[in-house]
Amino acid sequence: MDIKTDQFKTLAAEALKNKAVQGALATACGHIGRMRAKAFQDWPDGDTLRDQAHRIKAGVMDNLGRYLDQLETSARKVGIRVHRAADAEDARRYILELVRSRTISLVVKGKSMTTEEIGLNPELGQNNVEVWETDLGEFIVQLAGEPPSHIIAPAIHKSKQEIAELFAQKLGVPLFDNAEDLTMVARKFLREKYFQAGLGISGVNFALAENGTLVIVENEGNGRLSTTFPRIHVAVMGIEKVIPGYKELAVFLKLLARSATGQKLSTYMSFLQGPRRPEEEDGPEELHLILLDNGRSKILADPELRPSLYCLRCGACLTSCPVYQRIGGHAYGWVYSGPIGSTLAPQYLGLMRAKDLPMASTLCGTCASVCPVRIPLPDLLLKLRQRIMEQGGATLYEQTFMKTWTLAQSHPFWVRSLTALARRGEKLLPGLFPQGVPLAEKTFHQWWQDENTD
Amino acid sequence: MIDLEAMGSIRPTSVTLFIPCLMDMVYPQAARDLTILLKNLGFTVKYPQDQTCCGQPAFNQGFIKEARKLAQRFLTIFASSEVIVCPSGSCTAMVRKHYPELFSTAPAWLDRARDMGQKLFELTEFLTRFVPFENIKASFPFTVTYHDSCHSNRVLGIVKQPRRLLAHVSGLTLIEMEPVQVCCGFGGLFSQKFPQLSQAIGMEKVKAIQNTGAQWVISNDPGCLMHIQNRLREKNLKIGVKHLVEVLASQ
Repeated sequence: MDIKTDQFKTLAAEALKNKAVQGALATACGHIGRMRAKAFQDWPDGDTLRDQAHRIKAGVMDNLGRYLDQLETSARKVGIRVHRAADAEDARRYILELVRSRTISLVVKGKSMTTEEIGLNPELGQNNVEVWETDLGEFIVQLAGEPPSHIIAPAIHKSKQEIAELFAQKLGVPLFDNAEDLTMVARKFLREKYFQAGLGISGVNFALAENGTLVIVENEGNGRLSTTFPRIHVAVMGIEKVIPGYKELAVFLKLLARSATGQKLSTYMSFLQGPRRPEEEDGPEELHLILLDNGRSKILADPELRPSLYCLRCGACLTSCPVYQRIGGHAYGWVYSGPIGSTLAPQYLGLMRAKDLPMASTLCGTCASVCPVRIPLPDLLLKLRQRIMEQGGATLYEQTFMKTWTLAQSHPFWVRSLTALARRGEKLLPGLFPQGVPLAEKTFHQWWQDENTD
Repeated sequence: MIDLEAMGSIRPTSVTLFIPCLMDMVYPQAARDLTILLKNLGFTVKYPQDQTCCGQPAFNQGFIKEARKLAQRFLTIFASSEVIVCPSGSCTAMVRKHYPELFSTAPAWLDRARDMGQKLFELTEFLTRFVPFENIKASFPFTVTYHDSCHSNRVLGIVKQPRRLLAHVSGLTLIEMEPVQVCCGFGGLFSQKFPQLSQAIGMEKVKAIQNTGAQWVISNDPGCLMHIQNRLREKNLKIGVKHLVEVLASQ
């Protein structure tokens, strides 16, 4: 996808003006937020498990190299072909070679943000491979020619009406007005694609180092179909998704669905343990696992920002964020949006290329309060702000303002004088503070002086 | 997080005020009410006149050197104060949570920063800890709603304290917003950097306020109050804003 993280202000302003996006976001974020809140209210263990999940992730990151080696060994043992991809291009090249060598012309995909991250679909398209997204939301945005706007709800910004019009226009079906009919249209269309596809591509929610099991969590069954129907399955995972084993998985599974949608468990949980064995009827003949680095090692080597890698991609920080709720995912200009996106984008793409994102937060902390693995998101955003400023990310105006302000604050006389001046200046320069600061006639400081002069 | 239990019920006789810069300039009435309230409760009230900003705006913008400079200034000015009261969750959170981070590699300042976090109290923390409620005689015969400042709520863990104080005010009816504890959109310089976004979030807050039917919005943070007040004015609503201490000082 095109990276537009440097256009945040423009994109956010457009989103604020887009009534359809505003309406759809308000409804969907409110609903998901209430479901999540209810799931945790009724679940006294939740907060303890979040602590535990945080500790597990911290432990994994401390020993990531070892867990990855263990995963690779145990995955190979069950017949999974493992490829370690250093970057996006490496991963794309591997898949493209696979497609060429097996003469594949049609690919179905289960939902995977990681393949969005590496820009896989455009690459396959350019090489004349037909690709279909099978997650309903992802299918909708694919038809619309848009990237997903939410980690787990890719079409959260679209209303039912818009989707009905899109289906009618692109698929030549009648204009349906209920969700069931629309879902059936997608189901019927995609079912054929599963049968014809030579390759299924998916992401991975968790990979167990102890036995090479790949766990995929979803609600529509499309993930299971994409990974079992086609002759070949390629699973693409960020290296941070490895966990030790089943014991740890139990903790994460309880947290993931509740955080994402308020469900106790997701509808489908697939445990993929290698390609089809001779005695089995279902499953792919080949299973390839791509372990993607693409900047993750760099984050791992940075102790201050390392918790960014704990993310389960549940989307709770997006849905609950007052900023995301107003502008949606597209405004962030890249695959990951909301607070976690604002944390990851500058690290993956370069600080200066996404310098507005860490700033675009009120630091209200709602994100951290819902994160299932307790990533201290506001602290990470603050840290990124510091790094951006250290590298000269502020405009000359901002630098001058902040330095002058600090100087004034260091000398009470100047603060008092400037406050007095501002009281007059506010009337002279109404544009100085776009938000308006209704200064009082007399400061507390003056009052105190007057009261205590005797 | 500060261990309030460990403070016991030892009641200080003298308190020092830390008045946030926004309050000094925009809501001086609330700071005056705080002074009077504390005096009426029998405390000796001090106000070091050299005090300026705690450095939060610089810190939040990533200007760490500037923030450190103002933090050192703050730590020096309030060094000899026994107990400090601040009528803002945000500024209290800056000192208690972020000052120690600022000096993580400067042990001498780090100790001073940690000590400061232990003796600086947000207003409602202070009142619910050290003052018997019956001594606060306040009357505010209106329907109000309470806005939790995010830093009070999520950094300092303050949720019950302001509500316990409001419950003690005669004639006051508190109606909670739905959803409660949502950001007002201010975010300090965020509101200057992304004004439209900040205002859009504020308008959602206004809807939640309107739905309560309250005549007044009460909060403990001048930043939130100013932002909410600006939004209410834009919509020409007859809902007023007051700092919690103004309500507690109302007769």
